[in-house]
Amino acid sequence: MALCLTAVCLICSSVLAGVYALTFEPIKAASQKALEQSISAVLPEGLELSEAAVANQGGQTYEYYAASKAGETAAYAVKSTVIGFGGPLTLMVGILADGSVYNTSVLSHSETPGLGAKCTSDAKFMEQWKGFPANANFSVKKDGGDVDAITASTITSRAYTLAVKNAVDVVKSLSK
Amino acid sequence: MEYLIIIISAIFVNNILLAQFLGICPFLGVSNKLSTATGMSGAVCFVITLATVVTFLLNKYLLVPFGLEFLQTISFILVIAALVQMVEIVLKKISPSMYQALGIFLPLITTNCAVLGVAITVVTKEFTFGAESHMLNLAQAVVYALATSVGYAIAMILFAGLREHLAGNDVPKSFKGLPIALITVSIMAMAFLGFSGMV
Amino acid sequence: MSKLSIITKGFIKDNPTFVLVLGMCPTLATTTSAMNGLEMGLATLFVLVLSNMVISAIAPLVPDKVHIPVYIVVIATFVTVLQFVMQAYTPGAYQTLGLFIPLIVVNCIVLGRAEAFANKNGIVDSALDGIGIGLGFTASLTVIGIVREILGSGSIFGWKFISGDGILAFVMAPGAFLALGYLMVLFNKFLKKN
Repeated sequence: MALCLTAVCLICSSVLAGVYALTFEPIKAASQKALEQSISAVLPEGLELSEAAVANQGGQTYEYYAASKAGETAAYAVKSTVIGFGGPLTLMVGILADGSVYNTSVLSHSETPGLGAKCTSDAKFMEQWKGFPANANFSVKKDGGDVDAITASTITSRAYTLAVKNAVDVVKSLSK
Repeated sequence: MEYLIIIISAIFVNNILLAQFLGICPFLGVSNKLSTATGMSGAVCFVITLATVVTFLLNKYLLVPFGLEFLQTISFILVIAALVQMVEIVLKKISPSMYQALGIFLPLITTNCAVLGVAITVVTKEFTFGAESHMLNLAQAVVYALATSVGYAIAMILFAGLREHLAGNDVPKSFKGLPIALITVSIMAMAFLGFSGMV
Repeated sequence: MSKLSIITKGFIKDNPTFVLVLGMCPTLATTTSAMNGLEMGLATLFVLVLSNMVISAIAPLVPDKVHIPVYIVVIATFVTVLQFVMQAYTPGAYQTLGLFIPLIVVNCIVLGRAEAFANKNGIVDSALDGIGIGLGFTASLTVIGIVREILGSGSIFGWKFISGDGILAFVMAPGAFLALGYLMVLFNKFLKKN
């Protein structure tokens, strides 16, 4: 009885070890590809990406990727997480060396469908980040800033703005 | 502070039954009577907390150091099945009265996805506190498991109370039984939606 | 029972969602859109067919006392294989379905079919049973997904037919219970044979 259970467990674990070894490379490749896609979506084309690095800013750690052209760092992609309305909101923010935002994209979120979740689909909200200057006021218009909030989703818009601002601060401290 | 966030979030905001949809089968199955619902909730609380502690330690000190994460699903479910068996045997010996109350629910708990769900969540998901997010440590994992099962018990007992009243009502034939129960749960879930954004 | 009826019984007579009422957790959690429902159904189908076949092959060798743990181990193995394959080749779907992929292990449908069918029937019949029940489950999940997507986001399989939003509640938790409840009413009224 115990023998049978042990045998089944052994066979199953060895089968799994085999499948794990077989799929290890494809899984790594798939996650690498997803990461590269999320980075290249927020940076200008034709840049060379470096390995992931970690920066400390305001007591939080940020993962970032420097992108260079002809040996000179031209832009950064910074992964920035804040608390949104429904939970963590993680962005990939592409920032040029002068500190202006190139583009942003949402990596993961748990905002309310149809309201806060529009931060992934609302064209007006997403377009405004392209070329957002480094010295702008990073808060929504309701709070006296320069950011157009998503209708009926002020909390999500505030969180999104904060995430971008944090990323810009990281780059500012890097290029100092 | 972190503990408070975990507790509020697990009981109300991300209620395991009404927002995460884990453990629905026993929820619909045994919520006909208030007394059975209470018994089932008690048994689930006990097993979820115990299973989370064991699987957390198993993952941290055995699977991760030896690079055996690929055995996570299989080892967790075996641990849970063994644990449920053990609880049953121990309970029978030391507290026959408690065994009488919880006994019939225990075998059902192995396939209750709330138990495996919480065990996997604790070791794979990063939790966010204010601006920080990190994996839970053992004490936090225990608090999370306890709070989650309290949330389970609250939803279960509230629903059983509603359902006992529902039984005496005259509902159309096609609505009898589960459909009307599901529609009632839907209204409860709507009420719990009011907690979203609190943490 | 003819081979054909083994397959077709999963749709109406033994429909896992509306008649047997099994596997409610993934049914409610993953049907926010038609595509998600379909993916979850197919993932369950994969595990169901393979575990049914293996269990029907080893059932005579397994002592009665340990048959449940042995079945669970077999099912968990196939679920883990599925996790790896999805991570490698359909990472998007793996991320959307998330926790509910490993939770196929405790889906009562899979263990239920092993107990009720696979351990007393041949390999071919068990495979067919897995296909039938799996397709029935997939069909139910897809239907619930279609209803929730049409009402909730005004689209079908991602193709939008109204501009703007639908009734948002249907994409969120309450809508899952409500849609399933009313679909069950319709099923009872028109399709269930007493």
